Amino acid sequence: MNRYRVFNHTADLGVEVYGATVKELFVNAAFAVFDMLTDLDRVRAIEESNITVEGEGWEDLLVNYLREVLYLFNGNGFLLKECSITEIDPQHLKGKFSGERFDPLKHTMNKEIKAVTYHQIMVRETPARWEGRVIFDV
Amino acid sequence: MAGLKKIDECRWMVPQKGGMKVPGIIYSSEHLMREMGADESPKQVANVAHLPGIVKYSLAMPDMHWGYGFPIGGVAAFDLRDGIISPGGVGYDINCGCRLVTTRLAYEDVRERVRELIGALFRDIPSGVGSKGVLKLSPKEEKKVLIEGAKWAVDNGYGTPEDLETTEDRGAIAGADPGMVSARAIERGREQLGTLGSGNHFLEIEVVEKVFDATAASAFGLEEGQIAVLIHSGSRGLGYQVCDDYLARMVKHLGEIEVPLPDRQLACAYLDSPRGKEYLAAMACAANYAWANRQMLMHWTRETFEHVLKKGPRELGMSLLYDVCHNIAKIETFVVDGKETPLCVHRKGATRAFPPGHPALPARYRNVGQPVLIPGDMGTGSYVLAGTEKAFAETFGSTCHGAGRLMSRTQATKASRGRSIVREMADRGITIMASGKGTLHEEIPEAYKNLDEVVDVVHKAGISKKVAKLRALGCIKG
Repeated sequence: MNRYRVFNHTADLGVEVYGATVKELFVNAAFAVFDMLTDLDRVRAIEESNITVEGEGWEDLLVNYLREVLYLFNGNGFLLKECSITEIDPQHLKGKFSGERFDPLKHTMNKEIKAVTYHQIMVRETPARWEGRVIFDV
Repeated sequence: MAGLKKIDECRWMVPQKGGMKVPGIIYSSEHLMREMGADESPKQVANVAHLPGIVKYSLAMPDMHWGYGFPIGGVAAFDLRDGIISPGGVGYDINCGCRLVTTRLAYEDVRERVRELIGALFRDIPSGVGSKGVLKLSPKEEKKVLIEGAKWAVDNGYGTPEDLETTEDRGAIAGADPGMVSARAIERGREQLGTLGSGNHFLEIEVVEKVFDATAASAFGLEEGQIAVLIHSGSRGLGYQVCDDYLARMVKHLGEIEVPLPDRQLACAYLDSPRGKEYLAAMACAANYAWANRQMLMHWTRETFEHVLKKGPRELGMSLLYDVCHNIAKIETFVVDGKETPLCVHRKGATRAFPPGHPALPARYRNVGQPVLIPGDMGTGSYVLAGTEKAFAETFGSTCHGAGRLMSRTQATKASRGRSIVREMADRGITIMASGKGTLHEEIPEAYKNLDEVVDVVHKAGISKKVAKLRALGCIKG
């Protein structure tokens, strides 16, 4: 199963994310962001940080979580390699990130992702899997 | 979208129905409307019409395309007493805008030097994703930038006081309060001042190809064959973070708005509420940061020209024709029901186009109207237009802002796979240098609507008039 798929949205970047569980969906959403930003093969998991996010339902939680994920790079210049989620329910999430600091000599940058939008945000459980949809401003 | 009604050659109405408080009006042409296909932006025009306190119409310009919340190319004005302000109606890149620098150089003077100039500009001006400026601002200094805008840059040696005269609002919106800007936004802004950015931002050397209106062109200091530089950039990470922060806060309090919103991205606050006022104060900070940023980019452009061409400032005569933004919300006064009324005008991918005689214009442009700068897609060139009375009467003094996207970025990347965009541009006589390879493929010319067509609509509709067209010679992209 693909972890995510990019779809067309005129000016922005639409992404569908999948997971066997909701936890996996959230892990794959973070993977999607950094897979789009950089070549992950060149990133090592050498620094760790913790994350706690709150939300009002799965969709709000996903937006708030991806805000934090994006801020890792946009605010701290940190590239995410691996991510694990230890606790999750529709109101809160706890997890661990690992990766390393962006080094222009070693890492590549594919594009800039400015922000996560609420536009057409969706998280749902289907008989087969969990699916999410997010539109990023790029 | 079904149900659109053609009003005349240049306008379509989105009839008022359901929870819409006003009708919508789209400025376009038969061809541009057809070309839009399944794009959902007309529905977004209707969505904006649901917002409390909206005045007259929800508007869209001919470069309109599907955004999130508001359409790109959207204009909407709100009453200060019962209306709202929406961060999504301004956009993430607060005060994204353009400035055009004219020179005393003629095409013949630089024809053989464009490559060299572009190479030097690419080296001297930080661009691309995650690029850092040469400054690392102290928190105290950054706060000054947020309050003073372009003036801070001039006071610190980046340009001259005359530059401020031809900058919209003299490069600073009043009411900026750095206390309303989050620590994250301050942090993101610290190292990015004086950087071009990435995506559709660029710096372009152009030549004036055609003058349409001799009187206005002369007032603007434009003539055929003259070299000019167009800079397109915004408030960088600081602006994105301000939008993000306030959007999150407003989404949490959606219940306070009297009507259910058709899209969460339309989250807003009443203008006459603490949250609304706080956003306006933070947005002003980001707008001022953007003006300081473009002022610095222009200063380095001047230095690079002097250095490469070995000519002094007098000889080059690089003066700022105008700087105008196209992602902003501003308090401006218009006539509503026969009465002068201050309104909060949102322009999301739309440019202010004030008429001759308006007190906001610099004295030297007072007789011809405000210069409007319309950037094209990569390597195409741009237009200079002038604001009109009709824009003031019909569109809250607004017009289009560019070509407008036609293809999504993924479609554009797919369509240009295997092609050398740099080579294609070179074949057309345009030198391009870009930090990100991906950017060039996403920004191929056919991903955009035809700029001539978009500008023809606003000219025909009378909401601005054509003054001059410029052709690109060389371009640096983020």
